[in-house]
Amino acid sequence: MEFFLEVLTGGLLAGLMYSLVAIGFVLIYKASGVFNFAQGSMVLFSALTFVSLLERGVPFWVSFAVTLLTMIALAWAIERVVLRPLVNRPPITLFMATLGLSYIIEGVAQAMWGAQVHGLELGISDAPLEIGGMLLSQFDLFSAATAGILVLFLSLLFNKTRIGISLRAVADDQLAALAVGIKLQRIWMIVWAVAGFVGLVAGLLWGARLGVQFSLSLVVLKALPVLIIGGFTSIGGAIVGGLIIGASEKLAEVYLGPIIGGGIENWFPYVLALLFLLVRPAGIFGERAIERV
Amino acid sequence: MLSIIKKPSALIGALTLGLSLLSGTVQAANEQYFPLQSYRVGPYAAGGTGFFGGFIDYLQYVNLKEGGVNGVKFTWSECETEYVVEKGVECYERLKKGLNGAPAAATNPLSVGIAYATLDRSATDKLPLITINHGRTDSTDGSVFPYVFPLQLNPYSEVSAIINYIGDKSGGLDKLKGKKIVTLFHGSPYGKETNPILELLAKKYGFQVTLIEVPHPGNEQQSQWLNIRRIKPDWVILRGWGVMNPVALKTAQKTGFPADHIIGNIWSNSEEDAAPAGAAAKGFISITTHPSGTNFPVLQDIDKTVLKAGKGNLQDSKRFGTVYYNLGVVNGILNVEAVRVAQAKFGKRPLTGEEVRWGFENIKLDDARLKQLGAYGLVQPLKLSCSDHEGGGAVRFQQWDGKQWKVISDWVQADRKLLRPIIEESSHKYAKEKGITPRDCSKES
Amino acid sequence: MIYRESGQFITSYQADHRIFKLYQQRWAFYALLGFAFVIVPFIGNDYWFSAILIPFLVLSLAGLGLNLLTGYAGQISLGSAAFMAVGAFAAYNFQVRIEGSPLLVGFVFGGVAAAIVGVIFGLPSLRIKGFYLLVSTLAAQFFVTWVLTQFGWFSNYNASGVISAPSLLILGHDFSSPAGRYLLTLGVVTVLAFFARNIVRSELGRHWMAVRDMDTAAAVIGIPILKTKLLAFAISSFLLGIAGALWAFTYLGTVEPHGFDLSRSFQILFIIIIGGMGSILGNFLGAAFIVLLPILLSNLSANFLAGVVDPGQLENLQKIIFGALIIFFLIKEPNGLARLWQLFRERARIWPLRF
Repeated sequence: MEFFLEVLTGGLLAGLMYSLVAIGFVLIYKASGVFNFAQGSMVLFSALTFVSLLERGVPFWVSFAVTLLTMIALAWAIERVVLRPLVNRPPITLFMATLGLSYIIEGVAQAMWGAQVHGLELGISDAPLEIGGMLLSQFDLFSAATAGILVLFLSLLFNKTRIGISLRAVADDQLAALAVGIKLQRIWMIVWAVAGFVGLVAGLLWGARLGVQFSLSLVVLKALPVLIIGGFTSIGGAIVGGLIIGASEKLAEVYLGPIIGGGIENWFPYVLALLFLLVRPAGIFGERAIERV
Repeated sequence: MLSIIKKPSALIGALTLGLSLLSGTVQAANEQYFPLQSYRVGPYAAGGTGFFGGFIDYLQYVNLKEGGVNGVKFTWSECETEYVVEKGVECYERLKKGLNGAPAAATNPLSVGIAYATLDRSATDKLPLITINHGRTDSTDGSVFPYVFPLQLNPYSEVSAIINYIGDKSGGLDKLKGKKIVTLFHGSPYGKETNPILELLAKKYGFQVTLIEVPHPGNEQQSQWLNIRRIKPDWVILRGWGVMNPVALKTAQKTGFPADHIIGNIWSNSEEDAAPAGAAAKGFISITTHPSGTNFPVLQDIDKTVLKAGKGNLQDSKRFGTVYYNLGVVNGILNVEAVRVAQAKFGKRPLTGEEVRWGFENIKLDDARLKQLGAYGLVQPLKLSCSDHEGGGAVRFQQWDGKQWKVISDWVQADRKLLRPIIEESSHKYAKEKGITPRDCSKES
Repeated sequence: MIYRESGQFITSYQADHRIFKLYQQRWAFYALLGFAFVIVPFIGNDYWFSAILIPFLVLSLAGLGLNLLTGYAGQISLGSAAFMAVGAFAAYNFQVRIEGSPLLVGFVFGGVAAAIVGVIFGLPSLRIKGFYLLVSTLAAQFFVTWVLTQFGWFSNYNASGVISAPSLLILGHDFSSPAGRYLLTLGVVTVLAFFARNIVRSELGRHWMAVRDMDTAAAVIGIPILKTKLLAFAISSFLLGIAGALWAFTYLGTVEPHGFDLSRSFQILFIIIIGGMGSILGNFLGAAFIVLLPILLSNLSANFLAGVVDPGQLENLQKIIFGALIIFFLIKEPNGLARLWQLFRERARIWPLRF
């Protein structure tokens, strides 16, 4: 039982790490209907920029600020060069454009900072805490708290500020939003910049776990099923989805793995997400599309 | 190759030439060519830059110091593979014919996938394929695989040596009885390859082995390590790959497993594997066939003649003497030695791949020769033959002290006698599948 | 001028059903086929066959497979590589397990096995749409690779899980030389391209397009959605499976499950984006582009920039150019290279006049 709880909590905490990446997707999908595959590259790019600055002796917060500015500049460029000319194109086109975008970002990131593996220490101890016979990682707890704060911050942004309200208007109906005088382009830029910020936070936490290197862009693959279960349009959904995926994949690996063969963590979340979809085709919190002929 | 072209109008012509690869070659130069299927970007770039940096620097060193081998200078060109198999094949096909008349000596892709894809081709093209420290285990049997050389250490020898080391640490192989060993392996053919051997050894010595898989790329290992925590093994063998290694070390720390009871295999043994894990890696043990460090005379000499002259290949000179770099140097030493041996037989001229192959099969590095090369302690004593394309099968153990690797053991030999029949069984199966008649090695000179 | 349709009248239904209605097109096509089958084997060298032409043909076929599913039937998929893997491993096992079985039958068997797997993972498409469907195909992608590595049976218990191609014998004729492998690939691809071209002109093809444009509307006018979507998955996977078998047998000669990973699926997706969705010719153009561009860039840089720019940087540059081209195409020419070719043809028709 104790072991079960340990696996479960470990899974829940790991799941929150997936949610962190998934939130970036949700933000962009909500506001612009773009399924942004480049989110993983953005995570890599921000972490690499940050760690490279740090290694060159730039203080922590300055690096953070500079990286954030870079991400905002990136968002601006993406809006200008990619999104604006593609307005009103089918979603699949936009999705593919983000695939191209991820190539560019990965290329630029490696051209600028090289392909070495960097270690990243955030100054958070990773010694295990023993609570009631269960091992808990301080670092994971810290990440979970960060994810919580981030969600709080985002929901404040969405619900209490003027920008947030126009954001929701855009998400609801782009044409109507335009009609009441909301500047679509500006909103998109802001959303991409916020997604860049989320990417930076995710990049730092993941980077501290994995080391900052190319594989960081692969965390996207962990975030996709989370997104599916939670629905593309709900930040709360991303958190719940993350918890479900994290817990179930760990439990499956530990208890199911020995029966059908180990290493099932790669596909298990996808199959689970598929099962969820068969019951709820737009995720738990997703909005069901109404189709008119 | 066409760097002399200055006029832009020649661009189109050069392009077609480049694509058709200069099949009609120019006057043969007195040079020996190494086609390099290197990888300097992508997920495995850290290994590629180090390895090919070391390899190129050694070739450069031989050129500068001795003017090549017997007056035959080395030349090389790179083709980026990004560790992708098709790109490697394309590079192989592009470069195999040599460069400006200099014949290719051998290919060194440092990638299991590319090695497999060019395995048959290299036999057809009569071009040795060097897979140092990795590759297809049964290619050790040179009678079936005449052109493939898993130099120094094949995957089977690797685990056997690790078990021998653990036995040593426990006070004798008979003390292994009842011990618990977990192998954490990368979920790929590479990772799985040694599992049957581990099980065989477990049966032989009576220890208990548990095999736990980490799915590629391995950036999340919570459940695996919780399992390990439950099993409470005496040792964990880490058969990792890329990002899986630092994550394993970090997660081990999280679950309270001591790093000094984790033994990394040959692809978990570089600075790039340990350093990103930070403090969690301190004490981590791994095997190596080539200690890192710069204290070997040959490295000192490379530093003096190549690096100090500004001709080094590394972008980041701090990586001089790291594990991947030294592997490149070792690889260079072995390739050059093969050329040297072959020249002694076939004459002091650029050699064909077939002749270089003979050179590889007749490499004999004893302590005296290694001292001459300035590589004593860096390269293990090695003797290859027609039937044995591996030669060594010994590793040293090193421990990460938080900043660098410290060698903590002498050469530990694998139980090659035990492994040989398994290798032969597999190579004969391959020969049958492919319709190859094995060479009769007793007739080879 | 040269390319003119005046004076060519269609006088029978049979003539109206032709793929190439203009004689200029027909002759150009026959000439191209003749050139590819007769002349190329004599003028090509090993490098061209093994490193350019064979991968070009195989990837064209894979693109064709995905294009039927995504470009014609509108079901987006990121699992193409998985279906290729199924085809490759099924064909291999067929060859290994059944003594003396003919090679081409093995290919067909590989295709059929892939089709079955394709239908299984296509089933959710009845309920799930759009990006959510990506999950189903991604599940296929990861699950198939896992199964093929996990169970040694599939690779005939090879220690490294790698399969290697048996000798390429057809009716006693050995196709193992580079030129032979090229001809074999070309033959298979030509036959299947004809097959695909005719399917998209058939009733089924029209159903696919109706479903692509709006499946609810298609259902309303009485198109059987279940059958249409599943057939799209089946036929698409069949072609992908054969492409996978060719990839393993005629191109690389050996392959491991990880050779068919997600990046291969992306590559195939790029082929159809760049080549043109909903076009048969587009797959060939896209594949040519994808195969040739990196080789061109890398040759260019090897010849002109070697020593000046670090080779790693060149590769990064190549990646950036690639991404930029994809975006450029999506913005400027969403219908890809095939559309450019079509525009060129329109121009050629009226040349030298402008309008």
